[in-house]
Amino acid sequence: MATLFGSGIKRREDPRLITGTATYTDDVKLPGLLYAAVLRSSYAHAKLTSVDVARAKRAPGVVAVYTGADLKDKLNTVPCAWNVPNCDLKVPPHPVLATDKVRYAGDGIAMVVAESRAAARDALDLIDVDYAALDAVVDPEKATQKGAPQLHADVPGNVAFTWKVAGGDAAKAFAEAAVTVEQRILHNRLLPTAMEARAACASYNPGTGQLTCWVTSQNPHIHRFLLSVMTKLPEHRIRVIAPEVGGGFGSKIPGYPDEALVCFASMDLGRPVKWTEDRSENYKVTIHGRDHVEYVSLCGTKDGKITGLRTRVYAGLGGYASTAAPGIPTILHGLILSGPYTIPNIDVTVYGVYTTTTPVDAYRGAGRPEATFLLERMIDLYARKIGIDPVEVRRKNLIPKDKFPYTVATGLTYDSGNYQGALDKALSLVDYKKFRAEQAKARKEGRYLGIGVTTYCEVCGLGPSQVAGAVGFGGGLYDSALVRVYPTGVVRAYIGAKPHGQGEETTFAQIVADEFGVPVENVEVVAGDTETTPQGWGTYGSRTTAVCGSAVKVAAQRVKEKAKKIAAHLLEASEADLEWKDGKFSVKGSPDKGKSFAELALMANVAWNMPTGVEPGLEATAFFDPSNFVYPFGTHACTVEVDPETGETKILRYVAVDDCGPQINPMIVQGQVHGGVIQGIGEALQEMAVYDEDGQLLTGTMMDYAIPRASQMPNVETAHTVTPSPVNPLGVKGVGETGTIASVPTLVNAVCDALAPLGVTHIDKPLTPARVWAAIQQAKGGKR
Amino acid sequence: MIPTSFEYVRAKNLSDAFKLLGKHAKVIAGGHSLLPLLRFRLAQPDTLIDIGQLPQLKGIKKAGGGMKIGAATTYRELLESKELKALYPLIAEVTEHIGDLQVRNAGTIGGGLAHADPAADMPPVMLVLDAAFLLQSKAGKRTVSARKFFKGPFTTALKPNELLTEIQLPAPPKRTGMAYASFEQAASGYALAGAAALIAVANGMITRAELAFTGLADTPFLAPAAAKLVGTAGDELISQVAAAAVAGVEANDDIHANPVYRAHLATVAARRALTTALGRAR
Ligand SMILES: Cc1cc2nc3c(=O)[nH]c(=O)nc-3n(C[C@H](O)[C@H](O)[C@H](O)COP(=O)(O)OP(=O)(O)OC[C@H]3O[C@@H](n4cnc5c(N)ncnc54)[C@H](O)[C@@H]3O)c2cc1C
Repeated sequence: MATLFGSGIKRREDPRLITGTATYTDDVKLPGLLYAAVLRSSYAHAKLTSVDVARAKRAPGVVAVYTGADLKDKLNTVPCAWNVPNCDLKVPPHPVLATDKVRYAGDGIAMVVAESRAAARDALDLIDVDYAALDAVVDPEKATQKGAPQLHADVPGNVAFTWKVAGGDAAKAFAEAAVTVEQRILHNRLLPTAMEARAACASYNPGTGQLTCWVTSQNPHIHRFLLSVMTKLPEHRIRVIAPEVGGGFGSKIPGYPDEALVCFASMDLGRPVKWTEDRSENYKVTIHGRDHVEYVSLCGTKDGKITGLRTRVYAGLGGYASTAAPGIPTILHGLILSGPYTIPNIDVTVYGVYTTTTPVDAYRGAGRPEATFLLERMIDLYARKIGIDPVEVRRKNLIPKDKFPYTVATGLTYDSGNYQGALDKALSLVDYKKFRAEQAKARKEGRYLGIGVTTYCEVCGLGPSQVAGAVGFGGGLYDSALVRVYPTGVVRAYIGAKPHGQGEETTFAQIVADEFGVPVENVEVVAGDTETTPQGWGTYGSRTTAVCGSAVKVAAQRVKEKAKKIAAHLLEASEADLEWKDGKFSVKGSPDKGKSFAELALMANVAWNMPTGVEPGLEATAFFDPSNFVYPFGTHACTVEVDPETGETKILRYVAVDDCGPQINPMIVQGQVHGGVIQGIGEALQEMAVYDEDGQLLTGTMMDYAIPRASQMPNVETAHTVTPSPVNPLGVKGVGETGTIASVPTLVNAVCDALAPLGVTHIDKPLTPARVWAAIQQAKGGKR
Repeated sequence: MIPTSFEYVRAKNLSDAFKLLGKHAKVIAGGHSLLPLLRFRLAQPDTLIDIGQLPQLKGIKKAGGGMKIGAATTYRELLESKELKALYPLIAEVTEHIGDLQVRNAGTIGGGLAHADPAADMPPVMLVLDAAFLLQSKAGKRTVSARKFFKGPFTTALKPNELLTEIQLPAPPKRTGMAYASFEQAASGYALAGAAALIAVANGMITRAELAFTGLADTPFLAPAAAKLVGTAGDELISQVAAAAVAGVEANDDIHANPVYRAHLATVAARRALTTALGRAR
């Protein structure tokens, strides 16, 4: 029987998603439903001198209005759940509604609950707030300087933490180095822009004391915990349902104040309450990504051997520490700074800094794009300085394929890899030598062609729970599956993760169908409801397939072991004499006498004739906790032409070679790479959240924040190599974030390479035509 | 993103619309510019008068050597008119690049012009074609040249009680070439800077040259420098004229382009539009 593993079958979730028949949180309608709207601070930083809601309370249709003062004793503050150790982390209270002070434009001040969305919105205009404005500070480096406005009383210099990691002896390496390159690198602040904005709908049943909350969540079990903390309701009385979730990119990991607010309002009023964000609110209050200022130096020999890397990072956290925020620029960034290279000496200091801006948390890639970008950018600068081809420099420093598992200077142990293999494949696909010849010819004609080649590896498949505990992550990082076989032989897998666009409803069904030899249509994958799914930790960090998919595999194996026992009993044979072939257990040598999976499902469920000591039913639960992270890798290459007259970049070719181990569904892998690369192109070329000096978000709508459009995008050519991971039974590695991780430096290096003849060495991303043109002008000494 | 509450009235005919027009009323055609204003509560009218379906405001007709376009004609209807495209290929060229399919299906030429976004694509086209706009109210009608219509950002010669009812296009001169070149702001698709050009030639010499900009300053405007091309063969002069047309203009400054870059882009757009127009005229 052909296996489904490896087959690019169509995504079963797509028909409902593209025909408008999927049910999202905002589609939830309940009898007596009320609607909430939140009044948001118009100042980035101010003292609240008075909040007068009297007029709003009297407005037509208004049922209740709550202020920070009303809720202070009723709700707990919003927790931060990644308490990274050994960095003197300071997490000041984050009230669900501001009480005395607002710390970013968008900070909640009051919530109105009304009979309609319109009535709730109208009433917001009737709330009178007196602010005493304070100075804003949006740049994380400036926020640490003397005289900068202070956000929180107990956080001097706005420094939330100072985190360090070091391996080898960087000071010595730099002192002795023949060549050093230095660069200030900025990671532009990004707006995650999931197609579906956030929403929460809470329904409290005063009779049973049960609260049900539908919420846009990538991790319903984590949300249940966070809601329990904020509402003070015990966890077993909270049911969280994440229905269809229309993208997240990290922005739907955290627990947010508004989610707790609707829960509280429902408990207080005894009626269901729903809040749905619009896009402007989404841009203001849903977490942002990146926002680092980094001072990076890299040193090495004259012939291209890298000997040291040093970086000092100012990572903006925004006004408060969001759920996972402290872990992103540290654990997920600092620890992976060796990339795929054997850099013996590394020294990293990260300052997490509060600024009067929207909180910053995980955004697709979360820390790893920042690390990969700075490393790859520095290598190109280094290569240029020593006059050696940047690809050769990379090749010289890659971890050799026979050295795995390999422990890098920062302490991580990489599971498996063949970095040279992916590099060779990408170079041949993009025809590197030929391009270099074309480039030389074009330069003579005054045309500016460039190529960027990124060799990357990243850490994902989060991860062993023991490590999670050791690095202060406030939860486990195993995941779970309950595989249940119905009497008629159809199957459901209830999983602890929560896919929201990644396609695991399809790929996990492929895993189960293979195990049982049943048609894939006979298997359904269910996620998102804490009432039906076993405890799991959600979908982020490219972990769902590696961790939860492995749980599915193990649970299915357990089911099959039980089925085998029953088969042996029914066939009056010993288990050792059975073989599994073509979807049947049969006695070796007499294949016609066998029991199909469907027959065994029926017999197990009716239990008319069970072996002694075997319980009725056919289901199993597995909790899979991996022994290590997984480390996908690959090489991306991109060629561009830059118009020096306008600064416009045209992408000529984009080649992505990724290795995520064996691919369950190559079409879905390709889709993940395409999406990731496109998102990275946005970061590299056009996306940037901009604040003015007063902390007002100038890119507050999609008229000013430039997410990539289909018409602007190149054809992304994908290819792969296959290096299994030894840390999970499927051998798989994550591929949800590789595209965003690898593409950004690839693009930027290509443009900088194109402009090398003009003397341009570095341009801060995003490389908008305006910035590229200014860099060219600067190199030429002209107006810009 | 919920507007304040308002009455919605679908006008039965023009005089019906005029009756309702006033300080606290707004007309709506395709709604593509008005709805965002309502949703941000930047506009809070008591009454919305829908004129989008009025037959008197629809249609594309020949008139003398030129053409007349009803103000509520959608972009899509413009694109579907073969006659319009034959006489004013520039309109079709520009319209194809406005927004996306939905915007073109619902957005109207009159709505766009009345909205007067300083970076909109159609105003400079109207300027180089020397269009005239018919403005009507209860009190009567008047015709205002496009060149006198755009007063500033989102400000036009329209009075609160007036409607733009018709766009009147004069016959283009013989042997004319027209072109538009622009650089899009990546998020909005509006022009960071754009230039429309019209050039007529006779016996290898330029007999008429028009150049207009959008996105560059606080309102679209006609650049007088283009006249220098008249009586010449064009070619080498074009770069000089493009630079002269932009020189001294106070260019817009925003997060997408500073004045220096924007002025530079406008110069490039002007050169490209003039060069293409001249090529087409020949
Ligand atoms: C997503 C998107 C992308 C866009 N991209 C572009 C682009 O690339 N280039 C570009 O140039 N434009 C672009 N636009 C703008 C678009 O061209 C205008 O929104 C549209 O033409 C406005 O016409 P409408 O009929 O929808 O006007 P409405 O929104 O109905 O009205 C606009 C304004 O004009 C007034 N008005 C309407 N009709 C009349 C009339 N007959 N007389 C007097 N006043 C009137 C209204 O009261 C209102 O103040 C875009 C718009 C959107 C939504």
